[in-house]
Amino acid sequence: MMWDFLMHNSPALIIAVPLFAAFFTPVIGRFSKKAMYAWVVGAMIFTEFLVLILLYTVYTYGTQIYVFGARPYSMAIPPDSGGIPVRIIFTVDSMSVFMAFIAATVGLAGAIYSVACEKGQSGQEKYYALVLLMIVGMLGMVLTGDMFNFFVFLEINSLASAALVSYRINKGVSVEAAFKYAVVSAIGALMILFAIGILYGEYDALNMAMIASRMQFTTLDKIAMALILVTLAMKCGSIPMHFWVPDGYGKAPGAISAMLVAASQASLYGLFRMCFTVFGLAASHITLGYFLIILGLISMFVGVTMALVQHDIKRLMAYHAVSQTGYMLLGVGVGLATWGTPAFSQYGFAAMEGGIFHIINHAMYKGLLFLTAGAVIYRVGTSDLNKMGGLAHSMKYTTIFFIIGALSIAGIPPFNGYASKLMIYESVYQFNPLLAVIAMIVSILTLASFVKVFHSAFMGPKIYPDVKEVPKSMLAGMAILTFFIILFGIFPQLAITYLVQPAASALANPIGYISRVLGGGP
Amino acid sequence: MMSKIVRTQANILYPLILIFGFYIVAHGHLTPGGGFQGGAVIATGVALVAISFGYGKIKKWIKKTNLTAAEAVGLLSFIIAAFTGIGTSFFCNWLANSGLIFGDTVPYGPNPGYLNTAGLLPIMNLAVGIEVLGGLGVVVMYMLSAAKASEVK
Repeated sequence: MMWDFLMHNSPALIIAVPLFAAFFTPVIGRFSKKAMYAWVVGAMIFTEFLVLILLYTVYTYGTQIYVFGARPYSMAIPPDSGGIPVRIIFTVDSMSVFMAFIAATVGLAGAIYSVACEKGQSGQEKYYALVLLMIVGMLGMVLTGDMFNFFVFLEINSLASAALVSYRINKGVSVEAAFKYAVVSAIGALMILFAIGILYGEYDALNMAMIASRMQFTTLDKIAMALILVTLAMKCGSIPMHFWVPDGYGKAPGAISAMLVAASQASLYGLFRMCFTVFGLAASHITLGYFLIILGLISMFVGVTMALVQHDIKRLMAYHAVSQTGYMLLGVGVGLATWGTPAFSQYGFAAMEGGIFHIINHAMYKGLLFLTAGAVIYRVGTSDLNKMGGLAHSMKYTTIFFIIGALSIAGIPPFNGYASKLMIYESVYQFNPLLAVIAMIVSILTLASFVKVFHSAFMGPKIYPDVKEVPKSMLAGMAILTFFIILFGIFPQLAITYLVQPAASALANPIGYISRVLGGGP
Repeated sequence: MMSKIVRTQANILYPLILIFGFYIVAHGHLTPGGGFQGGAVIATGVALVAISFGYGKIKKWIKKTNLTAAEAVGLLSFIIAAFTGIGTSFFCNWLANSGLIFGDTVPYGPNPGYLNTAGLLPIMNLAVGIEVLGGLGVVVMYMLSAAKASEVK
């Protein structure tokens, strides 16, 4: 009974539970700080549990739909609506739930980490309420099957993120970064809204499946497509629209930087969803595919070369986040460029799997690296690498976590970065050897850059004699992400079978997505 | 603080603005407007009084903590209203046409607008109205508190 209830309602509850928790957090925070921490972490654990239930449901029974306010919840098209799905719908296929898993896990780690990291700060009720709202934004973006709803969650995500970036005012520097992010994402959101307006005017529908099935691909549609894709590429931080990333990631508190990675990836999901499901049936795959590949190549290369010269630890990691996003764009772009040709089954699908696998790996190791950077800043008080040194003497767990994250991002076995990067190299090599060579060079440069960070922050004589290890809750947040890094590194087949391969096949199957919503499908 | 003319005008207009705001909230399911618009109108009432009497005086009348409490109450009642339908589906409007409060059935054809209809919609409008008046009120208060610091007189 309870199990059935949770299974059926999990798509809605995944949004509703953190939303309710966010609204209730300020009330609890008035009475007791400890109760508030327990409340927030409890809500996140429950959300993670719901995501796991949904993961199981989708893996076993296929794509799930949840229609808000409908009787019953699974009726997408009301009998008196003339065949148009009018209500807000959540269409959860394997790709959506895969992204939801990332968002919930990184959000959980971030929430636990924040408990100790933000202990001394004022206005914590608002901080945790915004953290939960940001998670709601990410989860909503990846689960929704409705264009306007996507825009709403994108806005929730952007506004909450921008407010959180400026949480530590930091002599106005963080506020400037947050303002930049807020302005850029507001312009982007307006472009998306305009594009949705175009599509709504043309097809009388906001449902992604309905728009995809009615897609004529007129000039107006091309304008709408360009607006949506460019905005989402900007939100996921690919070069040349990356300018908010170093500021936003670099000036945010540690846990927020880690969650911003997952938030950017929700936009990346949006980009892939638009490319494959909404416009994929009508648009030219080659054009879209090369669009993603070129974005990916530029992001990879420029990102890592910009990172090499940085001496602010978080700014450096932010440029690496840009660079790693390039791998995902490259992998999925190769999949999209070969989609529908025989090459797709030869290597295109494997490239997509590699790109999608890299999303989860990147969220875990980059999240971990940002958390370790936050831990270092928490103890040392500066983010300048030139002023750090010798931290390995006193912060041994943080050092171990940093080594794991750094080796993973550089693609060294047995960590998870190796597993996904190898898949990308192998399949992209068959598409075009030059692309694979560039990807490998970028990987080497990444390693070089992290060797530099490791050496200047953790090695050498003890400069700070009174630095201690960070509190346990911060270590616990890092340990959650480390667990997944090692798990996916040693058993990549586990992740590929249960998470990545269903996600890639769901993304490459827009017909199944459409027919599941509009009827006729399983 | 502004001149006596302005203050008198504000005194007269303030209750009218509040009534108009709550009218928009309450008739959200019948006429243009709704929770957000009505809440914004109410918040303009707060802004009017605040500007005409100055921040120093107004902060004794309108407490920021009360406004944030209104925000929390509005948001919570909204999501609780959404949760009440979870037996069927989240946001399910089980109250409409049920005969209970706001549960009357609308007769077919043109009508002057019946207030006691639409189920959960008026309740959610009310919740959003409370939330927005709290939220925008806090925004107005914070902006005024910054303006006070730079005041010359």
